[in-house]
Amino acid sequence: MKASTVSSTAAASQPANQINVNAPRKSFLARFQRWEWMLVALVVIAIVINSRLTPYFLNAQNLSRTSADFMELGLMMLPMVFIIITGNIDLSVASNLGMCASFMAVLWNLHVNIWIAAGAGLALATLGGLLNGFLIAKVKLPALVATLGTYAFFRGIAYVLLGDQAGRGYPPAFTYLGQGKIPGTLIPFSVGLFAVLAVVFGLVLHRTTFGRYIFSIGNNENASIYAGVQVARIKMTIYIVSGFMAGLAGLVLAARFGSTRPDIGTGLELTVITAAVLGGVDINGGIGTMPGAVLSLLLIGLVRFGMGLKNVQDQVQSIAIGSLLILSILLASVARTISASGLKFNWRNIATAAAFIIVFAAFFFFFFWSRAPVLKSVFG
Amino acid sequence: MTVKTPTASRSNLLLTLTRYREFGIILIIIILAVIVTLRAPVFLTLGNFRDILLDISILVIVALAQTMVILTHGIDLSVGSVIGLVAMMVAFTIKANPTIPLVVVVLLGMALGAILGSFNGLIIAIGKVPPIIATLGTLSIYRGMIFLYSKGYWIPPFQLPDTFKLLSKGTFLGIPHIIIFAIVVAILVYYFLNYTRTGRDIYAVGSNPDAAQYVGIRKQRIIFLVYVLTGIAAGLAGVLWASRFESSQTNTALGFELQTVAASIVGGVSISGGVGTVPGVLLGALLLGMINNSVTLVRISPFWEQAAQGLLILIAVVSDILIMRRVQRNKSK
Repeated sequence: MKASTVSSTAAASQPANQINVNAPRKSFLARFQRWEWMLVALVVIAIVINSRLTPYFLNAQNLSRTSADFMELGLMMLPMVFIIITGNIDLSVASNLGMCASFMAVLWNLHVNIWIAAGAGLALATLGGLLNGFLIAKVKLPALVATLGTYAFFRGIAYVLLGDQAGRGYPPAFTYLGQGKIPGTLIPFSVGLFAVLAVVFGLVLHRTTFGRYIFSIGNNENASIYAGVQVARIKMTIYIVSGFMAGLAGLVLAARFGSTRPDIGTGLELTVITAAVLGGVDINGGIGTMPGAVLSLLLIGLVRFGMGLKNVQDQVQSIAIGSLLILSILLASVARTISASGLKFNWRNIATAAAFIIVFAAFFFFFFWSRAPVLKSVFG
Repeated sequence: MTVKTPTASRSNLLLTLTRYREFGIILIIIILAVIVTLRAPVFLTLGNFRDILLDISILVIVALAQTMVILTHGIDLSVGSVIGLVAMMVAFTIKANPTIPLVVVVLLGMALGAILGSFNGLIIAIGKVPPIIATLGTLSIYRGMIFLYSKGYWIPPFQLPDTFKLLSKGTFLGIPHIIIFAIVVAILVYYFLNYTRTGRDIYAVGSNPDAAQYVGIRKQRIIFLVYVLTGIAAGLAGVLWASRFESSQTNTALGFELQTVAASIVGGVSISGGVGTVPGVLLGALLLGMINNSVTLVRISPFWEQAAQGLLILIAVVSDILIMRRVQRNKSK
């Protein structure tokens, strides 16, 4: 009894990245680290600001429709959290999504039954994940290199398959995946799917030995190998799962659009990684929680939805998301530096800071000054 | 003894060859060139070679800078957005002031790039944000700033003066300017990395950051510097991009960052830092350019272009890692 209380206090004072396989189960609240509360606060702030800015925000129809827009991201984010916690990355998810959707579209255009076509697309995407896993776990390529290659390769296959064609005219039973609502509610089917899978992925990560191994690989891969963890097999598994989920996201996206072009989902991989990292998953591996990642997806969705209601262009919204991403890491690291060594107010540091401020101010002066005459001549 | 000598000398030759990381990629380039030439003899002409060089000049300029970043175990994903933003700002400036001298335009582009790069360097070197996160963030921010700047408007070719278009298209001794720019940058980077103290420091920081600090290398400064240099290169590339494609759009150089990383990696630059050469990267960019070129020449559907490129990137990096492992094993024997 005494031993268990000692170990539980020790575990409570440890940061989340420490591996303590024998640690007693902490309550959900204890697991909820500081960053997750920060995200909760940001989500609340986003909701308050959004509802102040526009009366269309707190509208169940709008919220329901918008939430479906982020589910492809969410589906790809779930395995990405696993992958980043092991200290790896998958740049190929969005291309794999495109490959799956394009394969399905080609088969559909050849009058194959939609569900067989969808299953074939899913199988191809899973195969794509297998290729990633093989290159990373067996050939031992760095994940960034391997998935950069497959990023180009999978998207290339999508173009080869579909070319200048498009898949369209999917039956309603299929478009239900992306457009339908759970009967009797306003909740889109894809949101329900994501919610169930998020719980499953969260439980696997935080409540199983498999999840423990994920963290241990991220903390110290060599030590994990020596401890008898099947590192190669686990890496293989999560990349295969990532491929499958990218395929699933491809089906959902194709169903939501109701059509498929080979460039479907281009660039989504960066948003997926952004969501995971903003959720507190450490890009260097070993740290991260599923609730954090889901909260950050919610935050990104709210920020984008709110700005969209205020007619802010999609690309300008990405400024907010990019800043949020950098600030989330920067503030924590600056705080750590200051608490470790304090702020040094010597003349050199002040002069350097002043120089940077002047340079950036000059940049923004030029930014607005140089565009004025052209915009005036174009827009009057 | 006498029996063993031939095998020893043969494996020595192999060793010397494989000691150069460029060996593998040269092999791939030769194989590809032979195959393509058999199908389309026009491939092996001076004119076609010139076309390939024209296509990869901008890639070379940015990939060499990207290499410096990767050498420090970093990565700069924002280069595509920097190119786009600088191209847009420069094109706007020229449209408003058509008589502005070309030297000023080029310097302006490089200065703007330097500022954008210094922002990356600041949050990475001083703010200790991991490079992939920092530049992923600025990738979105800078791309968004293009829209903020132009309000979605684009500069079509007829609004740019001919003198500006000649910046890349004009020729000197029969060589297009844009190729000369790339050659000059390559020589500068080669000299900088191999014959200056700061250049060697970049390798030192990449291969062992702690050791580098112990011997007195200012790690933060080196890391800050490589992002500024990459910004300058991307700024120059932005000016050349606007000049070569005679326009500036909001999606200029979208996704280009991954091509620059690909050129470096295919050229034998190690993603974990400290390893990589300028000739290797030039060959990597050449291979990427050759793939695009040959897909057209062999009359494969252009839709195959990206798949072929992706596949060859994979083949290049896998064969490279397998060759290196073989060499390591031979050495340890």
